[in-house]
Formats: sequence, structure tokens, C-alpha cells
Amino acid sequence: MARAWKYGDNVDTDVIIPARYLVTGDPVALGKHCLENLDPEFLEKKSQGDVIVGGRNFGCGSSREHAPIAIKGAGVPCVIAESFARIFFRNAINIGLRVYESPAAAKGIQMGDEVEVDEGQAAIFNRTRGERYEIIPLSPFVQEIVASGGLMAKLRKELAEGAAP
Amino acid sequence: MAMTLAEKMLADRSSLARVHHGEIVETPVDLVMGNDITAPIAIREFEAAGATRVFDAERVALVMSHFVPAKDINSADQTQIMRRFAREQAIKHYYPEGTGGIEHTLLPERGIVVPGDIVIGADSHTCTYGGLGAFATGVGSTDLAYAMATGRTWFKVPESMRFTYYGKRRAYVTGKDLILHTIRLIGDDGALYRAMEFTGEVISDLPMEDRLTMSNMTIEAGGKVGICATDDLTLRYEEGRAQRPWRVYQADPGATYVEEYEIDVSQLEPQVAFPSLPSLTRGISDVGDVTIDQVFIGSCTNGRLSDLRTAAAILRGKKVHPETRLIVIPATQDVYKAALREGLIEVFVEAGASVSTSTCGPCLGGHMGVLGKGERCLSTSNRNYVGRMGDREAEVFLAGPAVAAATAVRGRITDPREFSPHEEAV
Ligand code: SF4
Repeated sequence: MARAWKYGDNVDTDVIIPARYLVTGDPVALGKHCLENLDPEFLEKKSQGDVIVGGRNFGCGSSREHAPIAIKGAGVPCVIAESFARIFFRNAINIGLRVYESPAAAKGIQMGDEVEVDEGQAAIFNRTRGERYEIIPLSPFVQEIVASGGLMAKLRKELAEGAAP
Repeated sequence: MAMTLAEKMLADRSSLARVHHGEIVETPVDLVMGNDITAPIAIREFEAAGATRVFDAERVALVMSHFVPAKDINSADQTQIMRRFAREQAIKHYYPEGTGGIEHTLLPERGIVVPGDIVIGADSHTCTYGGLGAFATGVGSTDLAYAMATGRTWFKVPESMRFTYYGKRRAYVTGKDLILHTIRLIGDDGALYRAMEFTGEVISDLPMEDRLTMSNMTIEAGGKVGICATDDLTLRYEEGRAQRPWRVYQADPGATYVEEYEIDVSQLEPQVAFPSLPSLTRGISDVGDVTIDQVFIGSCTNGRLSDLRTAAAILRGKKVHPETRLIVIPATQDVYKAALREGLIEVFVEAGASVSTSTCGPCLGGHMGVLGKGERCLSTSNRNYVGRMGDREAEVFLAGPAVAAATAVRGRITDPREFSPHEEAV
């Protein structure tokens, strides 16, 4: 079961992946430095499938797509937060990192709690505390991008249909 | 139904009579931009998706500014992807090192973005062009790849906030001070997903470079766009500069804003943001005694000619404090040339500053002035997050160029009014 790595408000892209590592787009290479400016323990102790939980404005700062790529590359399938910074949110959707807006979960989940996301029920379950939190649903347009496998999958489809030059 | 500036622009360009906030619109873009960090990823995605030509080689800007001249082997390899692509696609607005400079200073300066444009750029400070009256926002590499292929993007129509500034600005109070003060008022996510509209008598009077500085830091409040409506001052700026026809939009009277702020600037002092959030801003009188190891004057926020003039006026005939170092980086090649002609570069060099070719460099902890453990920097850039300029235990303070120059001379954060006690507005 996934453990939660819980952080506060305004987790910015400079702590998610410092600029000095932006010399590659490789997920594994970027994942090796994910959150190292915020919590060096994360890299030592996380396991595949653990989730990151933030407060308000998660991912604020630069437009570097390396930030969601680094999180994915670190083996983290999703981020839960009270709110996301706009560009980070868009990038995550585009590259297929799951992002769930849930003020209740961001408040209720504590460091190390065992959590499970059920997309079908639009809910997050906290097994440690026996709590259930609602996820704020995505707009239909954005859901469509997620469902088609990210923005590049949409582009491939459009190119095949001759909709793009 | 009355619409805000952002709504007007999106409705018009999406060929809709009206739009509501929250609605998703698909919009053609006038220009898309990528830099040496974000474009290589976008180019790989563009090619992997099977796209062969960009939608319009005159409407794609590729600007190298972050890690150039290449700081190491990996960044050199990344730039090769961009150099090859720019050649193959015959990209018109392609600026390698030595020809352009930092994208957000360069594109308005050369008239590559013009008022009324819809622009997306794979760089969060793309919102800078709002200073001209453009709807411009930052996206990531995948959005850039999509827009390079199709010439289109999608937006969620943002809610708008209106900021009306009134009163007479005091000496050394610039666009940077207005925006730092605004972020302090509303917080680092105070404009999340929203459009900021900057208006009022202070904005009407504010030089274009200061408007661009204000719009530049919209993103530090989480905003999607930060727009100053196009006016006569903008159009004067565009004369002899604009490379394409522009469009002028105004907000409708009676448009709905989610929040409105009336800000009296008459008592506002030069502002300083403390580590490690832009919202931790104070007036200079409340700063106290803070020694500084490094001062950086540059970046897309405050590396323009007017910023260098302000700094040089304070530094002329003086020396940088022996325990402080000063780095000055003109934001673009044109700023650099003008500063040379005006003798500003000589002032900096004589004062003991390191002056370099245009690059983002230290702003993002890339090169040319990375901070070590425990060091303190006062920077004219826009972000002071943990680790932004180097070690995670380094501290960054943000301010305008006058505070920066005064600080370089004294070695501690200094009120520039100490160097010229006159209180007249500048
Ligand atoms: S100067 Fe700084 S903020 Fe501006 S584009 Fe460069 S890295 Fe980004």
C-alpha cells in the first residue's frame, strides 16, 4: 500500500527539481533528485508507488515540465493537494502524472499514512485513520486529455485525421 | 454582458460573442516561445508525435538564455537539439547566445510580441507581455509541442481581479515595488488561476519597462495573466518596434471582478522580499541590519536599460563593498549595446562588478553566480524560493535595482534614498 509523503503549502518547482539538474529530460535521471532540496529523506526512504501530499499551491514557480517528470521518475504515481499551481497542473495532466485536488485529503493525511486512491469513486481512502476524502472532479475537456493518454496522444490523433498541418 | 480584459481577448480570438470564466476555449496563438531548457523536450515530443513542420515558422520564437553560453556538456548537448530544429524549420525568431538575450525582455523589445497578441511560452514568466496588453501565459513543453504543431491551444477562461493604483509614487518606487507590495497583500497564490488587471492613474503614468516588470511577476502570485490595458504610452512604445499589426482591447465598464483592490502608493517605500517567498515583503525601513554576500542586477524582471541606468546613477564613482560581490547582466544584447554606448558598463566595471553577456545565469542558480551554503544574495530577479539560486541553505532577498546598487556599495541592505535624500518622484 502507498505511503504518504506529506508537505506544506507552496511546494515550488525549485525544490521539486532544482534548475541545476535541468540538463536532461530523462525521467529516471531527474527522479534521482526529486525533492532533494525539501526533504533529503524522501529519496532515501520512499518506495515505488508512494504518493506525495501537499497543501495549497503545489508546484508553484517555473514552467519546467521536469517537475512532474521528476516526480513520475521517482516512482510516485500521483500527487494530492489542496490546490495546484496552474502550469504544474497542466503539465502533470499533459504528461500523465495523476493530480488530485482534495482539500479534505490534504488536511487529513499525515506523513507516513497509508492511502489509496479510487478514481472510480472519486475518493481517497486513508487506511491509517479510516477516513474517506472526496476528490474535486476534473472538467470534461481535461478528463478527455487524461483519457486519451495525454496531450501528445491527442496530437497524434489529430495528425492522423489531418486536422493539424 | 460586460467582459473583463481577459474575457474580451479570449472571446474575440476564439470567435465567440462572449465567454464565461471557467469555460474552456480553443484559441489560435499569435506566437509560441520556447527556451533552451524547455524547447528541447518540446522538440522531442513534437517529432515523436509525428509532426513534421511547425504551423508557421514566423510565429515560433526559440530563445537561448538560461544555460548559455553552455554551462556544461549536458546543456551544450541540449542546445544542439534546438539549433538543429531551428535550422531545419527555418525558424524566423531564433536567437542563440550573443544575438538575443532573455526571452521576456527580448520579445517585447524587438516588437516580436505586440499588444492584443495571444501568446503561450514554455516559461512561466511569459506573462510579462501582459504589460503591453497581450494575453500571454506560461505553459510546459508538451503544450508548446502541441501549439508548435497546430497553432492552437486551449485555455480555461480565468476569473479576473482588478488592482487600481492611485497616489504619487515616491522616489525609487518602481514597478517592482508595486508588484512586490501587491503580492504581499494577496499572497503567493492570491491570484491562482486568475487574471490580474493593473489599472489606475499610477499605471497610466508608469513607463513601459515598469509595466512589463509588474506583469512579469504575476506568476509569483499564481496568476495566469497580468494585463495592463494598451494605451497611448504602449502605442508610442510600439512605434518603430512592432513587427506585426496590433489589436487594442479595453475592459467593458461594469465587468465583473472576483476581487478588487484600491492601492494607495503615496506612502509606499522601496520594497524588499525576504527569504524564501516573494510575499514576505517589507518596506525598506523595516528591513533591519542584513549583510549581503552577493548582489545580482539582471534577469527578465529588472535587467532592462532603465534598471541599469538607475543602478549606475548610484554606483557612479563608487566601489562595491569589499565583502560583497556585484554581478550585473544586461538582459539582452540590445540593452548591453545601449549600456556600453551610455558608459553604464564602464561605471559597473570601475565599481568592481562582474559584467557578462546576456543570460539568466544566477537567477535560476544556473551559472555565473551560484550561491554556496549560508550565503545571502540580494537579487533584482523574481523568485527567492529555497535553493533557487544555489545551495538550499542560501538566502535570497528580492528588490529593485536602486536598492540593489545601494546594497552593493554598503554591503548590507540599504535604502537608496541615503544616496540622494530628495523625496521627489522619479
Ligand atoms: S531571468 Fe530568471 S525568471 Fe527570467 S526567464 Fe531567466 S530564469 Fe526565468
